[in-house]
Amino acid sequence: MSSAVATDLRRSTGVVVERVVRRFGDRTVLDQLDLTIADGELVILLGPSGCGKSTLLRLLAGLDRPDGGRVEVPAKRAIVFQADRLLPWQRVLRNVTLGLHGPDAEQRARDVLAEVGLSGRERAWPKELSGGEAQRVSLARALVSEPGLVLLDEPFAALDAITRLRMHDLVRALRTRHQAAMLLVTHDIDEAIALADRVLVMSDGRIGGSHEVHLSAADREASVAREELRARLLEDLGLAGRH
Amino acid sequence: MTEVRIPAPAVIKGPDAATKNERAREVFVPRGARRRTTLGTLRERLRWPLGVYTTPVVILIAWEALARAGVLTKTYAPAPTSIVNSAVDLWQQGVLGPDLAISLQRAGLGLALGLTVGIVAGVLGGLLRSGEYLFNGVVQVLNTIPLLAVLPLMIVWFGIDELTKVLLISFGAGVPMYLNLFAAIRGVDQRLIEMTRTTGAGTWRLVTRVLVPGSLPGFLVGLRFSLAYSVLGLVAAETVNADQGLGFLITQGQTYLQTNQVFVGLVIYSLLGLLADQFVRALERVLLRWRPSYEAS
Ligand SMILES: Nc1ncnc2c1ncn2[C@@H]1O[C@H](COP(=O)(O)OP(=O)(O)OP(=O)(O)O)[C@@H](O)[C@H]1O
Ligand SMILES: [Mg+2]
Repeated sequence: MSSAVATDLRRSTGVVVERVVRRFGDRTVLDQLDLTIADGELVILLGPSGCGKSTLLRLLAGLDRPDGGRVEVPAKRAIVFQADRLLPWQRVLRNVTLGLHGPDAEQRARDVLAEVGLSGRERAWPKELSGGEAQRVSLARALVSEPGLVLLDEPFAALDAITRLRMHDLVRALRTRHQAAMLLVTHDIDEAIALADRVLVMSDGRIGGSHEVHLSAADREASVAREELRARLLEDLGLAGRH
Repeated sequence: MTEVRIPAPAVIKGPDAATKNERAREVFVPRGARRRTTLGTLRERLRWPLGVYTTPVVILIAWEALARAGVLTKTYAPAPTSIVNSAVDLWQQGVLGPDLAISLQRAGLGLALGLTVGIVAGVLGGLLRSGEYLFNGVVQVLNTIPLLAVLPLMIVWFGIDELTKVLLISFGAGVPMYLNLFAAIRGVDQRLIEMTRTTGAGTWRLVTRVLVPGSLPGFLVGLRFSLAYSVLGLVAAETVNADQGLGFLITQGQTYLQTNQVFVGLVIYSLLGLLADQFVRALERVLLRWRPSYEAS
């Protein structure tokens, strides 16, 4: 009952960004940028370093205000930062319940921790976690509030290849369960192809290219369509002819 | 240019040196598994039998020996055993007990007052911009005034009663507590504060789960300084004018050339300092378990 209401609420709100401008001094990092994300959609944002991906994410998170234009996002948002940003002085469970209230807060946190494969580690200190485990805790912290939008800023950049593949599986599994819109920033084209409903490429302070991805899980791993998509993404990034 | 030739020392030094130079290697095994001869264990034991307290104990023994041999005269530095004897004597005469009690009472009152003011002001200053404006300037100025230089003024203002002593101690304790607590709260990682905001946690959560625990290390540093400075304040206040207390005991010893008695006072002061240090250490062990530097992981 209550979850049905929550889903309805989320349906009515997506991400709408209209002609957003963001300047640092006299540098315009975001220049009249437009972006819409449908509910439950997983959008991947690619772009060269310094093009303004994190800047856009911070605007969507509400951490910074735009210098022009308009940003409309769901009220319940969560962000997973590049570094895990766990509170070192709180155990795992208390890190996850940080923004939660109510008598069932602990139980919900336990459930989400189980979802990310960390049941039994609730009482660990962050210093006792591996990099991948810490990143999973911050993923759990983001998901536990049942947000309508999850923003992920290069969440797996510091992880090794195998852990990263596991995290991809995790993200896919969590998506089907939580149905939140997700915007994930990455430098990794293969990661983009593996996860995305849509891949966006940023250039010159705007969304330069947009590619819908309608591929089966197997086709995402290896197929002609995959290679074509990869080539188009490389072209958008200005890297055509390499690799 | 003349040709520079690099001599080949490896060949000259022989095969043994050559392998050592070319491919120096290191082998790591579990600490316990290193092959130890009984002689080696014995040597390690003999080297630092009491850990960090080895040096003080060695000094004490040397001191005792020198005193017994008559090298150190009794009025200059009496033997440690004779200091202990004097302490026992003074205690049995009913002098040391009350003196110690009154000193501890002064230190306790001064600390309670100084820490309360320092902590309240530090928390307000750390959390609120208006608190910072209210307190920071004053405390910075106070911090530049040496503790001992305030004593004459306090005597003029409050007389030579208990109040002066307690206030001097609380002054010594409060200022470092404020400064350290303020810096600790302001020094909590901004990125963690930002993260907390994004989880939807309110101000209360931010304070109780982020700012307070995050500033604990700095708070404990402040506490360490406060305890040390409060002992300093205690000594200063008691030495200048008192008719009871440890300082009085020392001054009296000085007047009557009772070097023993002076040393008894000094030893008790140092024991108080050690106790305070151990107290903070125990607190750190309990409160800072989360720190990576504690129990290597
Ligand atoms: N607080 C700031 N003050 C001044 N300039 C900033 C600030 N934050 C970002 N910038 C500038 O804005 C530009 C975009 O930064 P942003 O962090 O969004 O890049 P990015 O696309 O996330 O890069 P990366 O992939 O390396 O993380 C950069 O050139 C950066 O120098
Ligand atoms: Mg970035």
